[in-house]
Amino acid sequence: MNTKLISKMVMSGALLMMAISANAGGGSGVAPVNNTLYAEECGTCHFAYQPGLLPERSWRKLMAGLDDHFDENAELDEVDRLKLENYLVTYAGDHSNYKRSKKLMRSIRNGDAPLRITMIPYLKKEHREVPKDVLKNEKIRSLSNCDVCHRTAQKGDFEERGIDIPGYGKWED
Amino acid sequence: MKKLVLMLSTVVLSLAINMQAQAGNVETLQSEYQAAGAGNFSASNGEKMWVKNNLDKKSGKQRNCQTCHGKVLTQSGKHARTGKVIEPLARSVNSERLTDIKFMKKWLKRNCKWTIGRECSAQEKGDFLEYLKGQ
Repeated sequence: MNTKLISKMVMSGALLMMAISANAGGGSGVAPVNNTLYAEECGTCHFAYQPGLLPERSWRKLMAGLDDHFDENAELDEVDRLKLENYLVTYAGDHSNYKRSKKLMRSIRNGDAPLRITMIPYLKKEHREVPKDVLKNEKIRSLSNCDVCHRTAQKGDFEERGIDIPGYGKWED
Repeated sequence: MKKLVLMLSTVVLSLAINMQAQAGNVETLQSEYQAAGAGNFSASNGEKMWVKNNLDKKSGKQRNCQTCHGKVLTQSGKHARTGKVIEPLARSVNSERLTDIKFMKKWLKRNCKWTIGRECSAQEKGDFLEYLKGQ
């Protein structure tokens, strides 16, 4: 076997592994965002929520209503809108084997298509011990600002050791 | 050595062409608006619209461009809802501003709808750009 062929095989093997781990591979959090267009278009105004945080039906509904996106106008041209919808749907929580995605999805009632991640039962349950005053902090405002407290949120890691709440400190049991 | 010089000058030349093309983009967009029926653009009309309050019926609150972009365009602003930082709009401190037609169109459309409650006319959009060009 020549070296070119071997290196080709290694390359395609590596790409395959990456593709598998991006979606099917069961990480402990949610799969991190791996799409530049998404990170730029959506991450300009808010935390770039990982696709694995909502099921496919939610993403489809959300992407069909960008002209009224939680009272904001977030319209895109149709080419970009479709690209992003495809990305979100492909990596949606109900197609993911990541631990947090599975827990989030399991907690949503069949047929429900929540648009707000903060309304997902599992997420609500996980945040029930957060003191009310914490959300009044101007830096935090809402549970939807994930990365303000979950300092490792961008990596798809929402473990407790990564929590550091402004004005409150690290979260320890 | 000759090869290196040739390569370098090609790089420099293409960079220069690229920069020139980018610098022209805001004017290109303005001529597009003129082709769509707008007349001459006025920075002072743009500024008046920029600070003019519009009542949002749903929230009951007044909105203008400063709501998110702040009062000083050489400083950063803050997204009214999420609090996320918006980089300064003034191109005197942020060279990326007014260089990308697709970006400008996208935000003029979204922000006119959010702030005024409707799309802006070609004239209004050109006036906004004329005002921003001087910042």
